[in-house]
Amino acid sequence: MSIVVNGMPAEVPGDPRVSLLDFLREQLHLHGTKKGCDQGACGACTVLADGERILSCLALAVQYDGRSITTIEGVGSATDLHPLQQAFIDHDGFQCGYCTPGQICSAIGMADEIRRGVPSHVTDDLDAADMPFSHEELRERMSGNLCRCGAHNGIIDAIATTLAPLPERATEAAE
Amino acid sequence: MSIAKDAKGLAQGMAQSLMAKAVALAPDNWVPGGVPDPLIGRQHGHLGRAVSRIDGPLKVSGTARFAADFPMSDMVYAAIVFSTIAKGRIVRLDTVRALAADGVVEVMTYRNAPRLAPPPAFMSDPKAAGGDSLPVMQDDQVHWNGQPVAVVLAQTQEQANHAASLVDVTYESAPAVTAFEDARANARPAMFMGQPLHDEKGKAKAALDASAVRIDATYRTPRHNHNAIELHAVTVTWQDDVLRIHDASQLVSHTAWSLGQMFGIPEDKVIVTSPYVGGGFGGKCMWQHHVLAAAAAQLCGRPVRLVLSREGVYRLVGGRSLTEQQVSLGADADGRLKALIQRGLTAKTPSNVMPEPFILAARSSYAAETIELDVHTVELDLLANTFMRAPGESVGTFALESAMDELAEALNIDPIELRIRNEPEVDPLNGLPFSSRRIVDAWRAGAQAFGWERRSVVPASRREGEWLIGMGCAKGTYPYYRMPGGAARLTLTPKGASVGIAAHEMGMGTATAQVQVTAERLGLPIEAVDFEYGASTLPGPVLAGGSQQTAAIGAAVIAAHRLLIKELLGIIGNDSPLAGLKPDHVACRDSGLCKRDDPERHETYASILARAGQNSIEVVGEGPPPLELMHWSMHSHAAMFCEARVNAITGEPRVSRFLGSFDCGRILNPKTATSQFRGGIIMGLGLALMEESQIDERNGRVMNPSLSAYHVPVHMDVPEIDVIWTDIPDPHTPMGARGIGEIGITGTAAAVANAIYNATGKRVRDLPITLDKLL
Repeated sequence: MSIVVNGMPAEVPGDPRVSLLDFLREQLHLHGTKKGCDQGACGACTVLADGERILSCLALAVQYDGRSITTIEGVGSATDLHPLQQAFIDHDGFQCGYCTPGQICSAIGMADEIRRGVPSHVTDDLDAADMPFSHEELRERMSGNLCRCGAHNGIIDAIATTLAPLPERATEAAE
Repeated sequence: MSIAKDAKGLAQGMAQSLMAKAVALAPDNWVPGGVPDPLIGRQHGHLGRAVSRIDGPLKVSGTARFAADFPMSDMVYAAIVFSTIAKGRIVRLDTVRALAADGVVEVMTYRNAPRLAPPPAFMSDPKAAGGDSLPVMQDDQVHWNGQPVAVVLAQTQEQANHAASLVDVTYESAPAVTAFEDARANARPAMFMGQPLHDEKGKAKAALDASAVRIDATYRTPRHNHNAIELHAVTVTWQDDVLRIHDASQLVSHTAWSLGQMFGIPEDKVIVTSPYVGGGFGGKCMWQHHVLAAAAAQLCGRPVRLVLSREGVYRLVGGRSLTEQQVSLGADADGRLKALIQRGLTAKTPSNVMPEPFILAARSSYAAETIELDVHTVELDLLANTFMRAPGESVGTFALESAMDELAEALNIDPIELRIRNEPEVDPLNGLPFSSRRIVDAWRAGAQAFGWERRSVVPASRREGEWLIGMGCAKGTYPYYRMPGGAARLTLTPKGASVGIAAHEMGMGTATAQVQVTAERLGLPIEAVDFEYGASTLPGPVLAGGSQQTAAIGAAVIAAHRLLIKELLGIIGNDSPLAGLKPDHVACRDSGLCKRDDPERHETYASILARAGQNSIEVVGEGPPPLELMHWSMHSHAAMFCEARVNAITGEPRVSRFLGSFDCGRILNPKTATSQFRGGIIMGLGLALMEESQIDERNGRVMNPSLSAYHVPVHMDVPEIDVIWTDIPDPHTPMGARGIGEIGITGTAAAVANAIYNATGKRVRDLPITLDKLL
């Protein structure tokens, strides 16, 4: 068995202490995934495991045997950007760029949670067929990804204009 | 600090003040900035355009290489063992079990570490970079709780971390002063950059006593940590005799020089590169991890990667110190200030030279008839404190601008009107003219954009459901700085130009803005300009601090540009349409030179170079000494507006709206500038509402060394933040710009506190304003 990372199989490390984060960075040299605290408090290491966002610093690599991991390198490259990556540039959703890969991976996973109807702390109607992509929902759901440079407004704008369903994008733009 | 150092500092201070008097009286055109930078007049070019970050694609795709992203063959990983006492000595240090653990290559302690000179403490020399001057792993002495006592090197990080837990240390404690209260009796006058933190104008105490209306209150601000999301990291190797460091740094040249001093090697044998920095805020200067990694790499003969754990950042890298500030304001019935007194206490350590200078903002803020400002400092046996975003002004404006709000209420005058009434004509303390001061414009524009007229004058009078709602304002301010010595290399080829300078990109958008500036200055398209930075091998030094990079780079490039024009005219020959012209007669446009008053007389750089048979011209220019700082009073300002909501039942405070209206000279790039302003404001929201590094005062240990226990603003804490600016160029600075990196954090905490007062009627003078203080 192996871990599939960005579509490529990789051998599971022998040392069971190796976090998924250190595995990606130190063994596969996928340095796009960042270490900001190594204790699940900052979100910089967020990656997608079978499409769901996880904190790779709190995950042991061996637990992900047979799973499929997508890192920022798998989202889009500098010469072939994902629309959300382009939106981060357009809305200046970063300054130093260190938390950015985690913010982008987290946003992709988060948008899927909204589409699946997973409620958040600020969701009013838990039974609603369509969860809203409002700025408040996005802010609440992205709060696990810290940004110290203060690019929060640009990050939320980038997500709202890219990942929200089209009618809601129009509403947000009109606001 | 020793008496000898004090005396040296004092002598420097006196020399500086004599020089300042001479420069103040000099004619304008003798002083840098006396003749306005021609770029100030250019309105429709690259400057002022919202250009997206040129490094954007690299950053959003995870391909920008940070310090811990450089793999090296045969590299080992380091883990640090931290002391658990505040002061004393190591009596037993057993590394046997650690050395025997799997994968361990070496354990470095004071017994086997290379012999090193102590670090040159920041400000003790022009290129000193050290957070303190304590020896690094050279003896058995412990100076603070958390000091590194051993470094374990292993094949993997997991092995190093485990082995670090096997190092067994026994200490003998010595008496340590770790509680602020215990040190209070030993407070001494504070010195900052060779000058006392003390100012007097008239008899402030007497004027206060005679004032019709008086405010007198004490404000407290706690310790803070920068908490850049990037952990401090270095990847280090010795190649032959050269020490090569992949760093996360805001002062690459200073670090190279300082490490050279410590290892006894010339500074050009230390190469520090730092192309991307994952946030700095004053925290990414030289601390022990640099030294330990370099020493460990020397000891084991292999490259070393040292990434501090988040706890390690708190143990090893200083933050902002605490302050206790008393502000007394006296005014006549019309609100004109008769007395402004701001004085108080902060803490530092015996081994650094950084008292938090919280009176800086008050020096130039208001036209008070009398002024008395003073900082005293106590010394504690803790990790050295250091610069953090707007050192002084960030916390000083909390106290001063809260007090102004209190005074406005006592006088029954609108808080904005009170501030405008006390606008000075010239610098209140040194009498210098202002280079440009348009804060009144910023107040008026901000008040209108924010809807200030909707504020209820009576506190606690607006409620929606459970939420009490209020508005507050405050003034932010930060000076224009330019540090001496900045130099830049300018290379011109037929294809374009390249600037090389040892400056830094920590997210400010340095490279993007400077490409715009250079393109405009040389008359080139943006795509034809390269900006090379972040390496100690480049001309410099340019510290990314004091919001001075834009000015320092600007002045150096102006100097280099002048040399370049001279060189070009020197090779131009007799066949050029520009033959015979002097440097003062030409300007740059359309990828070439033209006659200033006859732009049709033009020749491209490519053509000039081709005729002369040259592939390129390279010049290095050095910015002139920053005498403009002694000739004008140069400051940026901001009018900050906050709407706060406080839950009447739980006390929970939320900021629901914020607007910053800035007067910072010309804005070079509105897109990146907006992010700089917002970033400062958001850190100010943290300062106001949640941030505090807590120390166990019994043993001097940081109690919350983690991002789960030290709270910074998260997305849910950050509303849409509006920023506007006057965009009025400062005629005496390069490009007409003043720095914008730090001003956003100034005034913000007071605006929040004043809004919370307006919402609830509760005046909180002790940061952070947590819900327990509002119940």
